[in-house]
Amino acid sequence: MDFVDYYKLLGIPKTATSKDIKNAYRRLARKHHPDLNPNDNNAKKNFQQINEANEILSDPEKRKKYDQYGKDWQHSEEFEKARTSHERTSGSRGSRYSESETEGDFSNFFESMFGGAAGASRGRQAKYRGEDFNAELRLELIDAYKTHKQTLTVNGKNIRITIPAGIENGQTIKIAGHGGSGVNGGPNGDLYIAFSIVNHSKIKRLENNLYTSLDLDLYTAVLGGEITIDTLNGKVKLKVKPETQNGSRVKLKGKGFPVYKNEGHFGDLFITYIIQTPTNLTEKQKALFTELSKS
Amino acid sequence: MRTIQADNLIAVDVFCANHNVEISFISSLQQIGMIEITTVEKTEFIDADQLRELERFIRLYYEMDINLEGIETITHLLQRISSLQNEIIALQNKLRLYE
Repeated sequence: MDFVDYYKLLGIPKTATSKDIKNAYRRLARKHHPDLNPNDNNAKKNFQQINEANEILSDPEKRKKYDQYGKDWQHSEEFEKARTSHERTSGSRGSRYSESETEGDFSNFFESMFGGAAGASRGRQAKYRGEDFNAELRLELIDAYKTHKQTLTVNGKNIRITIPAGIENGQTIKIAGHGGSGVNGGPNGDLYIAFSIVNHSKIKRLENNLYTSLDLDLYTAVLGGEITIDTLNGKVKLKVKPETQNGSRVKLKGKGFPVYKNEGHFGDLFITYIIQTPTNLTEKQKALFTELSKS
Repeated sequence: MRTIQADNLIAVDVFCANHNVEISFISSLQQIGMIEITTVEKTEFIDADQLRELERFIRLYYEMDINLEGIETITHLLQRISSLQNEIIALQNKLRLYE
């Protein structure tokens, strides 16, 4: 439990008036409020501290206790009294921005002195929807190829979700009502899951299309033939045209990635041929190439 | 909270009473086009889909002392940030082709 200097946090002297505190809080809240810094955990943490400082210093009774016992926080008996006293009183206005319970709204220092968030007033008895939770889910490319179910644990609760085929890297889906609980009977927040799709295969993806390169021997490139290639959906036979050039690209329509929430629709698969020149030629083969070059 | 379940609407007066905000604040937001209000049989409603945004506006206005013009500007800038972030993700995905 570290001592937290709320005055220093708000950048005000101990002699600050309630107006100074209010102004300092608002100035810092405008800088660090999560509404103005979406998906910024540092800003969220800073705002929690600022909010905590404001919660204490804007309430004359709490401020008095803080001024009296703040530096001597080790004196548990006094703090116990402070806590007991706090539980009987209603506090000052705090931010209506609700935070994740798991991350903790208040420092240990605050909780030891004032009983934590549960004892703190959230201002007027207004109903608010709960906080939106954000989570990240990592999938392999192959997992995003097929619609599947997955169980996630968010804040100790198991949630079974269906992940539709074709989800993209960086895409976020909303699971309504699975965020934080509403305040004073307000509706629950939502759960936002951002997908991070990792790809360890040779096949690259851009939106619904897939791209890969394929080594092709010189003879098949020159004379044409049939080859078998691996796709995300199994093996596919492919005819190679005679006189295929190095770096040329063919499109396999409908063999790409599934289109998100559009069952039965797929992007295309693009294959770039990399023609392999034969090595370790025998004397006979060399002679044949020489003859060919003169023809 | 009194709602019309089928349409997912919340009565403006009920919303204001629950959130302890003035009805005039909601009207002002509507006037500058930040929210939409639906009128059904002379009663004004807010679509529940707007709740998240609306509560953000309330926090900006009442807690941070940001006026309506400020809220409008912030909202516009946040939308631009979001759009740029999406563009970054799309470009990162494109870059993966060449990695």
